[in-house]
Amino acid sequence: MKHWHLIWSNLKRKKLRTLLTLLSIVVAFVLFGFLSAIRQALAGGVSMAGQNRLVVRHKVSIIQSLPESYKARMERIPGVAVATHESWFGGVYQDAKNFFPQMPVVPDEFLDMYPEFLLPPEQKQAWLETRTGAIVGRKTAERFHWKVGDKVPIQSSIWGKTDGSRLWEFDLVGIFDGRDKGTDTTPLYFRYDYFDEARAWNKGQVGWYLVRVKDPAQAAELAKLVDQEFENSAAETKTEPEGAFLQGWAKQIGDITTITATILSAVFFTILLVSGNTMSQAVRERTGELGALKAMGFTSSQVLSLVLAESCVLAVLGGGIGLGLAWIFIARGDPTGGLLPLYFFPTVDVLIGVGLSVALGILAGIFPALQAMRLRVADALRRM
Amino acid sequence: MSGPINWLSQIVSVSKFGLLSIPQRRGSVAAAVIGIAGVVAVLVGVLSMGAGFQNAMTASGSPDAAIVLRSGADSEMVSGFLRESTRIIADARGVARNDDGPLASSELFVIINLPKRSTGTDANVPMRGVEHAAFKVRDKWKLVDGRMFEWGKNEAIIGVGAANEFTGMELGGKLRVGQRDWPIVGIFSAGGGTAESEIWTDASVLQAAYKRGDTFQSVYVKLVSPGAFQEFKDALTTDPRLNAKVLRQAEYYAEQSTAVTKLITTLGFLIAFLMAIGAVFGALNTMYSSVSARTREIATLRALGFGSGAVVVSVMIESLALGVLGGAIGATLAYFTFNGLQTATMNWQSFSQVTFAFAVTPELLVRGIVWAVIIGLIGGLFPALRGARLPIAAALREL
Repeated sequence: MKHWHLIWSNLKRKKLRTLLTLLSIVVAFVLFGFLSAIRQALAGGVSMAGQNRLVVRHKVSIIQSLPESYKARMERIPGVAVATHESWFGGVYQDAKNFFPQMPVVPDEFLDMYPEFLLPPEQKQAWLETRTGAIVGRKTAERFHWKVGDKVPIQSSIWGKTDGSRLWEFDLVGIFDGRDKGTDTTPLYFRYDYFDEARAWNKGQVGWYLVRVKDPAQAAELAKLVDQEFENSAAETKTEPEGAFLQGWAKQIGDITTITATILSAVFFTILLVSGNTMSQAVRERTGELGALKAMGFTSSQVLSLVLAESCVLAVLGGGIGLGLAWIFIARGDPTGGLLPLYFFPTVDVLIGVGLSVALGILAGIFPALQAMRLRVADALRRM
Repeated sequence: MSGPINWLSQIVSVSKFGLLSIPQRRGSVAAAVIGIAGVVAVLVGVLSMGAGFQNAMTASGSPDAAIVLRSGADSEMVSGFLRESTRIIADARGVARNDDGPLASSELFVIINLPKRSTGTDANVPMRGVEHAAFKVRDKWKLVDGRMFEWGKNEAIIGVGAANEFTGMELGGKLRVGQRDWPIVGIFSAGGGTAESEIWTDASVLQAAYKRGDTFQSVYVKLVSPGAFQEFKDALTTDPRLNAKVLRQAEYYAEQSTAVTKLITTLGFLIAFLMAIGAVFGALNTMYSSVSARTREIATLRALGFGSGAVVVSVMIESLALGVLGGAIGATLAYFTFNGLQTATMNWQSFSQVTFAFAVTPELLVRGIVWAVIIGLIGGLFPALRGARLPIAAALREL
């Protein structure tokens, strides 16, 4: 850029003002980063949902169980590749504050259904061989400092064993990682066969089913077929693509996207006002100089881009620092201490942030820049 | 000594300079005021959501009301009792009685899928099966429209919150439970408490519909007096036939609300704190420009013998005024936008919906103004000091 030094010395003219404006832009983008991470945490599971997976639950509510026998009936429907089930265990480790999800599953079917859970082959083998075996996600393993080989006692609030106790002990045989950044690695999975034999009631009943379809394009159609299969039975079903199911779940918390968008627009509006005001002040002070530049032969559009470039440099610099800081803060973990399993800064939001900073620079600079462009040399010089 | 009086009049005249010159600087002043207003509006708005949720949860229990769950259960959803156990609980010492027997209602708590009006997606709406005493163990319960359900019939009444939030929930509407349609025959209020989010019906009818056999999940009781709680609790926890956990209703609902309240307040403070930092920069910018625009005036006054203390105080006064103005605008905005706004969220302890109204309480408004004042003070302090330290001779030369 030819006039870089000019832009730079203009920014340096009032160092304090530039710094304060820069800092308020930085703050806006740190906030942007946080809100993106929070939105991701509350609603983001949706984007990670498998395109080819359906969730089948009891039609009246998810707390009612479905018979184990539904698996075979679903797999007979043409287009269904495989079905497996999960149930809600609702346990806590040592204290009610230590919440994380646990589910009994059928190990090989489960791992096949979720290729995004990465488990070393020898640990998978150990799980298939250990009836009381369980695997846990990296995040929870690190939270409680669990290692493979540990015995993990979980107190269930729902399920009692046939001996009357509610304390279940599992042998930790594996720790899985997520294939993608958005894979939830907080749950613990243990074997359904052990669970069903040991539990005192509701044997043969499971919480919900996951169905993999052969062709994702047919997912919606197959969802209808599954529901038809169980129509008028004692336990009717409601089947949805996994994405829709997770989205519905997230929307139960509230319309998170609207809330974050509202807050963000309030913030950006404010920052736009503050920095736009600073920019126009800066231009007003320099009327004379701009006139001199024009007198020296700078064209109107050169003056326009000079002023615009100045505000864009400020905005992009502030935006970059803000996004960087947000990245660092977010990487340090979720501020609520475990309530938000999927808390990270999504790459797409980083890009949106960069775009926003450019937009902020243009918007804040455009009016002062136009003003500068229209300046008539004689008027400007007279004001010197 | 005319010292203090003189000093005060100095402050007044310097402040007047500042305040009267505001129209000339309206752009930057407006930016600072709106910035502060934004912080206060967001702070009060987010916290009023937390306060509203907590209100709904704590409006539910009077001091002489208790709830009994199976020990180890952290919500009604995962609790369970056989009918024999609920009888023992109802007959325990400390339970109030009337002519019909003990004031104890054994209840069933389940959820049912209903679409939310706002999003159109399914939500877990709580559904409660109750016994005759249910209306006596809750103080503020009132039928506001329609009639009571008939005992033994597949009929339901709904809370005002549920009527607001979920599609099809209205008088004359129908509730589809399994193969049957249940008519909705009445609407009730419960003093803003969580029951307003719920659908109520006869416990024995609900047992059949949800295939629960003759089991219940909780027992709500009215005690003879608030003081009888300990006696009642001891009677149940020492009874070898029972495996029970006894809580005051208020305590139980407070416990239920901790996760959500913590989430909302943590995030709310975080967002507002960051915004406040941004607003401080905005205020600093405005006040610095305010001081530098008046460099000559201030220097002239100083040359005439005005003290630097008067300059500091008057700049602070100006900045405080902007803070208070911004705070007042933000608080007013928050009050009219959020107060009473109806919404629903998920209570994570029982995976069911709680409807509530945002509550912009006086405390929150005061807190918002306090933040605004602090922002104003910080924003004014440094520019004020600069104004006071201005070398007089140099500043006058700028003339």
